[in-house]
Amino acid sequence: MTSGPVLKVTDLSVTFRTEDGPLSAVDRVSLEVGDGEVLAVVGESGCGKSVTAMSLAGLLPRSATVDGSVQLDGVELIGADKRTLRSIRGREVAYIFQEPMTSLNPVFTVGRQIGEVLQVHIGLSRQAARRRAVELLKLVGIPSAERRVDDYPHQLSGGMRQRVMIAMAVACDPKVLIADEPTTALDVTIQAGILDVLRALRERLGTSVVLITHDLGVVADLADRVAVMYAGRVVETADVHELFARPQHPYTSGLLAASPSAGRHAGTHRLNEIPGLVPVLASQPDACTFADRCPQALDTCSAKQPALESGSHRVACWNPVRQPVEV
Amino acid sequence: MAIADVTVTAGMPLASRRRKVLRRMLRNPLAITGLVVLGIAVLLAVFAPWIAPHEPTETHLDLAFAPPGTPGYLLGTDDLGRDVLSRIMFGLRASLHVGLLAVATSLVVGIPLGLMAGYFRAIDALISRFTDLVLAFPFLILAVGLAAIRGASLGNAAIAIGIAQIPGVIRIVRSETLRLKSLDFVSAAIVEGAGDPWVLGRHILPNAASVIIVQATVAIPAAILGEAVLSFLGLGIQPPAPSLGTMLSDAQQFAARAPWAAVMPGLAIMLLTLAFNIVGDSLRDALDPKASRR
Repeated sequence: MTSGPVLKVTDLSVTFRTEDGPLSAVDRVSLEVGDGEVLAVVGESGCGKSVTAMSLAGLLPRSATVDGSVQLDGVELIGADKRTLRSIRGREVAYIFQEPMTSLNPVFTVGRQIGEVLQVHIGLSRQAARRRAVELLKLVGIPSAERRVDDYPHQLSGGMRQRVMIAMAVACDPKVLIADEPTTALDVTIQAGILDVLRALRERLGTSVVLITHDLGVVADLADRVAVMYAGRVVETADVHELFARPQHPYTSGLLAASPSAGRHAGTHRLNEIPGLVPVLASQPDACTFADRCPQALDTCSAKQPALESGSHRVACWNPVRQPVEV
Repeated sequence: MAIADVTVTAGMPLASRRRKVLRRMLRNPLAITGLVVLGIAVLLAVFAPWIAPHEPTETHLDLAFAPPGTPGYLLGTDDLGRDVLSRIMFGLRASLHVGLLAVATSLVVGIPLGLMAGYFRAIDALISRFTDLVLAFPFLILAVGLAAIRGASLGNAAIAIGIAQIPGVIRIVRSETLRLKSLDFVSAAIVEGAGDPWVLGRHILPNAASVIIVQATVAIPAAILGEAVLSFLGLGIQPPAPSLGTMLSDAQQFAARAPWAAVMPGLAIMLLTLAFNIVGDSLRDALDPKASRR
């Protein structure tokens, strides 16, 4: 967090054209990621976090309309031409997918796949690319990397493949790494290993990370700052410790209450759920979208949309939780 | 860290995928049979001029309708006293030639069109309508038309058959492209900054290869049979040069008197077709990535 933000998202809106008319998936989302910072974007399924991530990488289908601004080191990505995008992708922004089983090409060795990224983007020779691929595999903690580099993806386990994906993503030393639920498809023990790798990369390479997840454990483990999304909007953003200690939005405190914590209350304590589902919105109403599910909604909540307050701990709520909740 | 990962595969030799596919095929006795039959057919065809006991067009009217087992005429002779075995060897040449040329034609045209149709939505409709158009033309009319324009010859018959096979290739490659396009590694390649040609050439085509190979092994026997049909109509190979198809059709006139003249080339067509189908089938099984984990 030295100079300005590396990635600056301002008023990003994504609307899908569907058979039932336009569908608003992301509504005026603003995010900032500083140099070497890990920003976690959390929320339930369907709240727009993956769509946000995909729009950062320009991966949305054509039925999507994207408005607003995404600036990477001052370069505007929304509406950029194909050539600009191609030169930025891989080099400046890299992406880690949720499903390691399908995100590697099954017919090439992992070394070749990592090497090709280097050959194309940095112009390394074949041998140099291979050597670098071995280094990268070591960096992400793959044992006997010299041998593994000649393995095909199907010879690796899910956790190893995810490590390979990370190696490929950081091959060109990108400024921002977008990790879309990088550990969701993995076992808990493997998850911890992957999180270690991401943390080590951030420390060694200074890569900024946008971590998309619904797992608050992952957030607590890795993130510096958190943005909580609900129904396409950012409802709260704060430093990770601040957010866990003093959640202000009722949705955030609901999320925290709904996640199990080891040790305390084990066996005796029933997890609290948030009643209802994330609404699917044809258009974003001028109201708090959480009002219907909110335990402490006021009349104002369904009449007017709350704005994010300014400050370091920002919340969009008419009646925020002021008491620290019991987790 | 990932200790479990290491022990699982540590003892496994780092065999390349290609070698593994081959090894898996060689473990299947049916596949070996198919490969052996194909190998013999190819050898016979290639070395026909040197190993054939007679010229394929050489007539011995005094020896007409000699039954199989006649000294010097192992599989007998036809109505003009031509050696059936020698004619089969040369006929194999023509048939394999047609089969390979036709399939090569359909692949060369069909693969790029199929890839584009599956990958670029904008031209999908255009290419798909083109395949409908080709399908709407009866195959024989197409072949007759081509023969009328370019003359009847083996090469033109092969091209006509190849054109008739293009729609099948386009459809198979298109559907495979549509499937592969939605997989994460293609998205991953795009976010790594890969352009469309790179994605198509490096990520989609290699993964569609197994489907294409199998399609080709099925299309080759179809082309061989197609050649028999065209030659029967006089649109393919010109007599007296033999192909398996013409031998079969010529021998029909005297099938009651010398059944071997029809049965032998028929058997050759059957064996060749069967061998191609078996090899194609086992190749598909061997290329199946899900089976490769066992």
